[in-house]
Formats: sequence, C-alpha cells, structure tokens
Amino acid sequence: MKKNITRRNMLKTSTAAVGAVAGAGLLKGFPAIHAADAPVIRYLGTAVNMGDAVQKRLFDDTGIKVKFIVKTTDEVVKTIFTQPNSFDIVDSEYFSMPKLVPSGNLLGMDTKRIKEWDNVTSAFTKGEVAGKKIGDQGTAPKKVMYLKGSSSKEFASEPTQHVTLIPTVYNADTLGIRPDLIKRPISTWAELLNPEFKGKASILNIPSIGIMDAAMVVESMGEYKYPDKGNMTKKEIDLTMKIFTEAKKAGQFRAFWSDFNESVNLMASGEVVIQSMWSPAITAVRTKGIPCVYQPLKEGYRAWAAGFGLPATTKGRQADICYEFINWYLSGWVGAYLNRQGYYSAVIPTAKKYMKSYEWDYWMLGKPATADIMSPEGKKLASKGEIRDGGSYEARMGSVECWNATMDENKYMVRKWNEMIAS
Amino acid sequence: MPNLFKIKPSVGLLSLPYSLVFIFFFFIPLVLTFIISFWDYNEYSIIPDLILENYKYIFENCFSFENGMCVTFKTYLSTFMFCLLTWFFTLIIGFFVAYFLAFYVNSLTWQIALFLLCTIPFWTSNVIRMISWIPLLGRNGLVNDFFLSTGLTSAPQEWLLYSGFSVVLAFVHLYTLFMIVPIFNSMMRIDKSIIEAAYDSGANGFQILWNIIIPLCKPGIVIGSIFVITVVMGDFITIGIMGGQQIPSIGKIIYVEMSYLQLPAAAANAVILLLLTLLIIWIMTKMIDIRKEL
Repeated sequence: MKKNITRRNMLKTSTAAVGAVAGAGLLKGFPAIHAADAPVIRYLGTAVNMGDAVQKRLFDDTGIKVKFIVKTTDEVVKTIFTQPNSFDIVDSEYFSMPKLVPSGNLLGMDTKRIKEWDNVTSAFTKGEVAGKKIGDQGTAPKKVMYLKGSSSKEFASEPTQHVTLIPTVYNADTLGIRPDLIKRPISTWAELLNPEFKGKASILNIPSIGIMDAAMVVESMGEYKYPDKGNMTKKEIDLTMKIFTEAKKAGQFRAFWSDFNESVNLMASGEVVIQSMWSPAITAVRTKGIPCVYQPLKEGYRAWAAGFGLPATTKGRQADICYEFINWYLSGWVGAYLNRQGYYSAVIPTAKKYMKSYEWDYWMLGKPATADIMSPEGKKLASKGEIRDGGSYEARMGSVECWNATMDENKYMVRKWNEMIAS
Repeated sequence: MPNLFKIKPSVGLLSLPYSLVFIFFFFIPLVLTFIISFWDYNEYSIIPDLILENYKYIFENCFSFENGMCVTFKTYLSTFMFCLLTWFFTLIIGFFVAYFLAFYVNSLTWQIALFLLCTIPFWTSNVIRMISWIPLLGRNGLVNDFFLSTGLTSAPQEWLLYSGFSVVLAFVHLYTLFMIVPIFNSMMRIDKSIIEAAYDSGANGFQILWNIIIPLCKPGIVIGSIFVITVVMGDFITIGIMGGQQIPSIGKIIYVEMSYLQLPAAAANAVILLLLTLLIIWIMTKMIDIRKEL
C-alpha cells in the first residue's frame, strides 16, 4: 500500500514537472516581445552606428534588449517588402520612403508619443538650419516625413501628427582626399574628374547614391544645371552617365567601391587619392595614422537621413516597448554617441547634455579642440588644436545641396549605371 | 539474425532523401525563377503576368551595332574570356600538380600533406584574401617596388591590380584546386602496369604522357573543367573586388537588379546565364562521354 502511494505520488509529481517544462517551453515560443520580463526588440538595419556600448546602456536604463538583424541599405528595404513581420523596429533611410510607403508595410508613427518631438531638428521638419533654408533636391526628409493618417499610403505636404520615420541620425557627405598625396587645396566636386588624378579617383558603385555624387560633379564642371539632381529625366541620366563613361574609358578611376571597407583600403593604401566617401571611413583611415580629409566643397554637401519605423501590424504592448525604445534613443546618451562619431543626432539639445563642453565645441561649433578628441571606442580622432573638417554644424548642414534620392526613373537609372560599369 | 546485407531496399528508396532535397531546394526554386522571369514588376512588388519584356530588355540594342556592342554581349564576352583564360591556366597548372602528386610522391602521408598545402587559398575569408592582394600588386606594392628598384620599369605598373590580369590571377589562385582533385583522382586509378608496359615497349616520357596518361585522365579533366567554368560564369565577388568594380559580370547585374527589387529582370538574366552555362557543359560532355569513361 505504502509503496503504491509513493508510486502514485511519483507519477503525479513527474507529470506536473513535465507539464511545467512543457509550459515553460510554450511560453518561450511566444514572440520574444510579449514575454513579460526583459523585452527584446528585433532591430532591422545596417547598424553601422550601433556598438555594444549602446546595447549595454539601453539595458541598464530601460531593461530592453536588442537583437540586431544586420543588412545592407538595399537589403533592409527588400526585407520590409518581403518579410514585414520579421522585425519589430526598422532603421531605414528617408530616400527609401517613396518606395516603401505605397506598400503599406510601415505604420504611420504617432508624434504625440515622442517626448522630444518638438526638439527634433528643423533640418528634418522644415528643411531649415538656423532659420535658413537648405538644399532640398532629391528625397529631402521634409518631403516624405508626414502622412495623411496612421495607416495612410500617401504623403502629406503640411505637418501632421503621423510621420513615416522618427528621425534619428543624419549627416552631410562629401569627397574624401589624401592631402599628403594631392599637396594642393581642393575646393570643388569637379576635381573628381580632373585628369590630374587619372587612375587615382574612385566613386561608389551603389547606383542610387553614386548618381548623386556624379550629378554634383557634372554640375560643378559647368556641363549642366539640373532642375532637380534627385529626380533626373532620362535625358539628364544619359548626359550624366555619358560624362562618367568617357572618364572611365579614359582611365580616370582606379576602382569603384561598394563596401565601406573597400573605400578605407583604397584610401589607406594610396591607390586612390580622391573619392566619394562616408564619414566613418575617414575616421577609419585616420585612426591608422594616415592623413585623410573630409573635404568641404563650394557646391555643398550630399546629405542623408535615417530614422525608426515600425511594421504596420505593430500594436499594444509591442508598440509601447518600441516607443519606449525610441524615446530612450532620443533622450541624449545615444545622441552624444552619434555626434562623437561625426554624425548628427536628430535631437540636439538632449545630446548636448551628455557631451563635455570641449567635445561640443569641436563637433558642433567647429572650434579648435582644446583637448584630444576621442571616438566613442576611445581611439584618438584629433589632436588638441585641430578643427573638424567642414567646421560647425551650421556650416556643414547649412551647405547641404541635395539629399540621397529615389528617382521616378529609377529603373532606367540603374540600367544606365550598369552600362557605365560595363563600358 | 537476418543478414542485413541481404535486404535490398529499392533504388528509389535509397535515392529518396537526396531526391527530396534536390526537388525542394533546387528544382522548385528553379521552376519559380523561370516563371517569374515572365512576370511584370514595379518599384515595390512583382505582378503575375506573361510578358517577354524582361528578355527583350536584356537584348535591347544588341542586334544593331551602330553604338558598338550592347551591355549584355559585352558582359558575356568578358565573362567568356575569363572562363577561357582561367580554364586554360588552371588546367595546365592543375594537371602538372596532380601529375607530380600522383607519380612522384610515393608516400600517402606526403600526398595528404601536399594536398592540404593546395587548400591554403581557402583558409582565409574571401574579403581578407582579396584585400591582401593590394600590398602585393598595388601601386606601392611589393611587385612594383621590385620592378622600380631593379630598373625594369620607370613608373609603377597599374595593370597589376584592378584589371583583367588581377581577376584571372585570383581565379587561377583559387580554383586550381578544383582541377587538381578530379585529375589526381583519375591518375590514381591508372594501372601502373600499363605505364610499365608502354615503357618496356620503348615509349618515351612524352609519348606515355600524351598517349596514355592524358586520355585516361579525360574524365577528371572534364569534371574539373565543369567545376571551374560554372564557378567563373556565375562569379561576381572576385571579378568585382579584383576588377575594382570596373569590369562587368552577369552575377553583378543580377545582384544589382535584386537589390532594387527588380526580381523578374534578375530572374530573366539568371535563366539566360543558366542556359548558356548548360550549353557549355553540354558541349563538353559531347566531347567526352563521362558516363562511359567513369
């Protein structure tokens, strides 16, 4: 008898144990974001500006964890189209919006839920820097910022409550040069095709961005004045590509690059002395101890801007967590982190609180450094006395000429670009 | 206890697992690719349809030569050139390496050790390997340093890197192994007594090589050639990096089209590439009946 009871008890307990294990397994099977403890956000993006430090700080401040789904710019767009439920939040660029919004895969973001919305820089909301209008050729953020409603597939021309992306980071891009190998001042985009640099120039082989750099060059050579570089007609595309095809045939380019690291290697090895480049690539060359300048040019900069979007299906607690994450992102610590990498934070006043005054003076005001300037990883970027290339925020962002763009004739443009590569 | 070796499962059952993998992950995607190549598309979606636009677009301006050759022809021509050169050099080098391994190295240990040596190019990642050509072939690289210091040339040679030369060099460096393995395999199966008999009958070294070894290595040569040619036909990473992104490749065109969501156009290009590659392989198998030889 006694034996029997024991056996029965044994059975009971073990069944319960199995049940508990199974139950736990089931709970874990739910989308991570619904789990009551330590919510995890699946973050789709290029993640070029998201280091380990950001994740750690995020967890300490909010208890939210981030799982990165790292892809290239074009692949991010493709993922939004083809797997719109594979992520919780997406870090995308504004120039993808004309393609993405009509698909209805993204949610109109509610600006009322963003604490710092009123402090978002006017470069995004009005296309102004320090009260002065900046260039808006191409897909300028203000053109594709506002929606007619939370599930609208159309852009609104006037500010509304719902936006496509909550702005996070942006910058003004220009040409990178090796001053030690060029040995003279460079002041115009036209220098990219100057025969003096035959076999020592490069441009990026990403058609949608490369075409903008190409247009800046063509215009500064005085060949043509585009009504809108970011939305060329077929004729304008032909003209631009003809000039670049001729230059390519004449051996102007050492190579084209499509990967960030390739641009760093081309520059650091001296194979190339002038090329289209991105800000962190300049930093990477410099931290090797090789002089490299992000050269301000008289025609202005080509700007880009990115922000956070949510899948159209987001609601309830998942939305709460994502908005909490975005509010944390804009609350200053990340802003300072981005500013220190040479980008700009979408909310400047909060970032200022987390930067030392000498850092602020160097990065944002364009003053000579009063102490060595360090990257967020602790590597030295500039010595005492140096000035940031291009100077202050107002000088750099104020001279934006055009923005990364998606053209109406995109298909034709990609094709012509391929022809240029094949020539 | 039944003798397990007496149970003979049908051939169909044995080949079932591989057939399923083949059907689901190769055959069905291929059929889909073919179907989608006739669809229409816009900026953000693909539209079921039955149109020939994607194919017309590939061959647009290809049959009037007023403005020179069209992009598609130019791209295939350059790809064929790379195929031919890579095939030629990997065959010559691969054949003699295999010959050395099979006939001059007698201990199995050494054969294995030397084989491993041949796989060294595969020990590093593609990107690192490509980048490390710069210090060797670059403008300030070792080769140019040597040329300049010995007075062979008066200026750095630019054709060493980001050129057709560097692309072929990288291909040969990488894919010679694909030739060595099947040729070595064929050679190991040659009965040594045939060679001895030829030698005894008075054949010289060259006659043995030409009349006995090469004919008996044909299956290995064809298999190696198929490997090399199919890999080079579809490549875009090596051509991209070693050619400085200035040399076109079909793979790159497909890649760009896919990243702009022009999937039907990419599918049409893929179908043409597949047909051409199959055509080349068909011609090669016509020259030698692999099944018979194996």
